[in-house]
Amino acid sequence: MDAHIQVNNLNVYYGRQQALKDVNIEIPKKQITVIMGPSGCGKTTLLKTFNRFLELTDGAQITGEVLVDGENIYDREVDVTEVRKAVGLLAQRPSPLPMSIFDNIVYGMHIHRMKRDRREYKAAVKHYLEIAGLWDEVQKRLHDPATSLSIGQQQRLCLARGLAVEPEIILGDEPTSALDPISSQNIESRLLDLKQNYTTVIVTHTLRQARRLADYVIYMYLGEVIEAGPAKEVFTNPKHERTKQYLEGLF
Amino acid sequence: MGMRKKHLQKRHLVELFMKTIMRVSFVIVAGALGLILWTIISRGLPALTWDMVTQVPKGGYYMGKEGGILNAIIGSAYLATGGTILAILLSLPIALYLKAYLGDSKWGGCVRLSLDVLWGIPSVVYGAFGFALMIVFGLRASLLAGIIVLALIELPIMTRAMDEVIRRMPEDLEHAALALGSTKFEVALRVVTRQMLPGIVTAVLLAFGRGIGDAASVLFTAGYTDRISTSLMRPTASLPLAVFFQLGSPYPEVQQRGYAAALILTIIVLAVSLGSRWLSARLNKYTVK
Amino acid sequence: MSETYEILTIKSNEQAEGRFTRPSVAARTRQDRAARRAFFIITLLPVALIIIVAVALLIRAWPILSAYQLSDLLFSEVWKPGEGKFGFWPFILGTVWVTVVGVVLSVPACLLVSIYLAEYAHAATRTIAKPVLDLLAAIPPVVYGVWGLLAIVPFVDDVLAPLSDRWLGSISIFAVNQPTGFGILAGGIVLAVMIAPLIISVVYEVFSTVPNDLRHASLAVGATQWQTIRNIVLPQVMPGIIAAVVLGASRALGETIAVLMVVGNVPQIPTSIFDSAYPLPALIANNYGEMMSIPLYDAALLGAALVLLVVILIFNILSTMVLQRMLRRKWA
Repeated sequence: MDAHIQVNNLNVYYGRQQALKDVNIEIPKKQITVIMGPSGCGKTTLLKTFNRFLELTDGAQITGEVLVDGENIYDREVDVTEVRKAVGLLAQRPSPLPMSIFDNIVYGMHIHRMKRDRREYKAAVKHYLEIAGLWDEVQKRLHDPATSLSIGQQQRLCLARGLAVEPEIILGDEPTSALDPISSQNIESRLLDLKQNYTTVIVTHTLRQARRLADYVIYMYLGEVIEAGPAKEVFTNPKHERTKQYLEGLF
Repeated sequence: MGMRKKHLQKRHLVELFMKTIMRVSFVIVAGALGLILWTIISRGLPALTWDMVTQVPKGGYYMGKEGGILNAIIGSAYLATGGTILAILLSLPIALYLKAYLGDSKWGGCVRLSLDVLWGIPSVVYGAFGFALMIVFGLRASLLAGIIVLALIELPIMTRAMDEVIRRMPEDLEHAALALGSTKFEVALRVVTRQMLPGIVTAVLLAFGRGIGDAASVLFTAGYTDRISTSLMRPTASLPLAVFFQLGSPYPEVQQRGYAAALILTIIVLAVSLGSRWLSARLNKYTVK
Repeated sequence: MSETYEILTIKSNEQAEGRFTRPSVAARTRQDRAARRAFFIITLLPVALIIIVAVALLIRAWPILSAYQLSDLLFSEVWKPGEGKFGFWPFILGTVWVTVVGVVLSVPACLLVSIYLAEYAHAATRTIAKPVLDLLAAIPPVVYGVWGLLAIVPFVDDVLAPLSDRWLGSISIFAVNQPTGFGILAGGIVLAVMIAPLIISVVYEVFSTVPNDLRHASLAVGATQWQTIRNIVLPQVMPGIIAAVVLGASRALGETIAVLMVVGNVPQIPTSIFDSAYPLPALIANNYGEMMSIPLYDAALLGAALVLLVVILIFNILSTMVLQRMLRRKWA
């Protein structure tokens, strides 16, 4: 397997409580990996270690390695902002920045000085809004506040904002859980479109969404990875008893 | 993929710079506290004697002869205790009413606004106000006048502090009590007061600390005397003014005693502040979070 | 024997019942209504008190306000109560100078500290910072004054004044005209420390109204923490910061004892931060004793208190309204 992210002996503690226990997994390149499991099993914690967001939680301690393209992102020499540039995040609730739609997309690019002039920024804004499937809806009102969009549109805006800094990996933390069914479907189809160019890791607690999206599946329970493998194998022929119970909807 | 640090990038230098000056500022502010305490202790301690806290000023005290400032210590205790009790009688009902009936209504906001504004009025203005009233009613400086003015100064501090704790009370607790058939008044009295006891104690001690340290208001209203006051209608000494007057003396011995008086005042105020912290931490164990 | 026993038990039963009987629903509702009315009257007190204070000062100051033009009182430079000359201008300027110096010294450090506590500091640092700020706020003004007298005045005299004289002496606001240490700078430094706990805690609270989602959205695209604060958080909290500074300034305007002890109390028009000044509160506090002996003197001093009150009321009402609106958003 061509692994994009490789996790070695990862342990996470919140104070004295252990949230992740000795996680060892690989996440394949340019596929959609779905992390699933009952709530409180550590899915989101695992996801947050991939862009070093866990550091923002007071009292979280991390041991072990997370390699992206063979480079440990927890190495002291690594710049955390470069990690987050390379690993984009789509949050559970859309969080438009308090500025215009246009400026939301420009924000990250401007932070990293990625474009030279306003013309380039304009072109980039159009490009990423198109990718997120939002261009047609907002092209006439680019300078309206981003909060004037509907929740579903806001989430696509956040997707475009994340893509604009040219990441290689997209993380999604239950990215459709706050959305209505149609908006959810819209986001899902975006993610499917994007997977040929990006490595995607999605956390979900709905099994059906996992079945729709996943190329590769990680099943977690109580902070441990119980089973990981290609979606077809895991869904049709789970090796582990717990995974089987979960897939049958026993809990 | 090149995630190694680019040390010389401008934004990282800015980050480092800001973080550094923030830490420096923090040390400066914390250091100021240390510096104040150190100054007061190092200058006050050598002049602090047993006589200071057990004697009243004797003949020639203000020229460096024997005596102490017991009159001021007791006077301040009277003033601050009286003012605090009076303030509790007014602020507890206001804070309870704000919670029980006004909530976040317009009038509630108006009352809170006026409390915050009262909080901001300097004590010298309260003192001048008290003085103006005293002229009208033909009163002399007295313990009672001092107590009333201190109560006015403490009122907004105490009420707002109580209001903050009372309105953060868990809603379920109130609803549970209402569901059991209590009227709003009973809810306010029983549940709120008991649940909020730690916060209320903290608020009271906060106001007491403010009251005992206030100088500008008692200067006008309570006067000063070398005797321990025995009547509400007579003037009384107070610690802040004992500090202030002795520092103004040309005699070095008297100035020294001013430093010692400042140390005594600081110790009292810090003890009240730390005590309220400790007390509310203890009492907090018994409340629903 | 057995009869007595019987009576006793009955009696005690009655007592017990009496204790547990609850008032009827109607009575309790009445009680509720009565309490509501009584409580309502008490809530009028804070609003009424502001008005009463202002009106009382106005009435007592009326003799001087009717005897002189307001602009003469405020902008005349001569203060000779014995000759009937009451010019507040030197005192107003003294107040402004001391307050401005105090605020200018205090605000940058306070902002940095509150940003540090709100955005960077670990939980452990925050638990240290809270008591430090509480203690700083608890120290009485007169103790600040003693500190100013013992530490700041000599520091200004021995260190700052010579330094300034050497390097900045040609700029008039840094010129050392009266080298005593007592003066605007000493007063400003003492005020800067005194208002710091207030500004820091208000700004900290304002920062905590910004939802974490916004910070995370910015960090997620690879912004540094300072970029996030600069671009996202600061614009959101700017009104609150301004309100906090105004609040601090109004606290500084009215500070009496601590300033009075270090500022020199010379009624003059200051031109440099090393000059002595005579702020309004110090004027009021210093002369309360003799004000009954000279005609109009008491009215003049209470008029000074009124001027102070009006300015502080305006500052306070504006800043409090902004803060109430911002901080309510957090609870909503």
